[in-house]
Amino acid sequence: MAIVRFADQKLFRNPWADFERMRRELDALFHGTGVESGGRVGGTVFPALNISEDSGHIYVRGEIPGVPATEVEISIEGDTLTIRGERKTCTANEKHSYHRRELECGRFSRAVTLPVKVQVDKVEAKATNGIVTITLPKAEAVVPRQIKVNVG
Amino acid sequence: MTEKEMQIQQRQEFRQTGEPTKTEKQYVPAVDIYETAEAVNVLAEMPGVAKEGVEIELENETLTIRGVMASHACEGETLLLQEFEPGHYLRKFTVAENIDQEKIQATMADGVLTLVLPKVAPAKPRRIEVRGI
Repeated sequence: MAIVRFADQKLFRNPWADFERMRRELDALFHGTGVESGGRVGGTVFPALNISEDSGHIYVRGEIPGVPATEVEISIEGDTLTIRGERKTCTANEKHSYHRRELECGRFSRAVTLPVKVQVDKVEAKATNGIVTITLPKAEAVVPRQIKVNVG
Repeated sequence: MTEKEMQIQQRQEFRQTGEPTKTEKQYVPAVDIYETAEAVNVLAEMPGVAKEGVEIELENETLTIRGVMASHACEGETLLLQEFEPGHYLRKFTVAENIDQEKIQATMADGVLTLVLPKVAPAKPRRIEVRGI
């Protein structure tokens, strides 16, 4: 449970809050998020992301096949990371007769909220083989620090 | 906003006869296939596969596209969110057209494989005259 400062609490409590929470939970239950289908868990907005962390960094990996590195736009505003771009794999042409069309193309934009503060000026991103990897160093304040316990 | 936002496509796993011994996943890559007068073109989406990991075979009208993912180290990292699982790719097609095997071209860029299968130039119809004796 998050600890909320007393002053930050809302003055008027929403009387329906509990019902809304219940509805959300039921929705989540019926959408079958627990059932794994083809390795996709949650999230429907392109691109699919994997986010992981170690003690000093947060890594965001996204699947962006068919999007060259130059077409990807990454920005950070506050603690929101946004990945934007456009996929232009469509080669619609009258002379082409399509047998199959499964690839989607168009613009995409995905924003995620970062779990901790990061050093915005030290963020690095690279794209290889259709996977973009964004490395975000955590801010000094949140990097875990060993504290020595002295014998008194 | 009138433009449609791109959605994540559900990936299918390749159904194998028999149980694989490895736990690595094998997916069916999404493809675009279109035909022009000269060639059959295949675009296959295989994120995470490097140029070296692609194998293409055309044998007895069966085209096999295989992509082996490049391993990527994420050891010592804790997953916070997982929406995709890296895996290998495998898909087979039956190609009805006559393909000139020698001239097949394949390029891999940004996780998308582009395959050009040129058709064999159609044989010119030869008229056979029937002579009287």
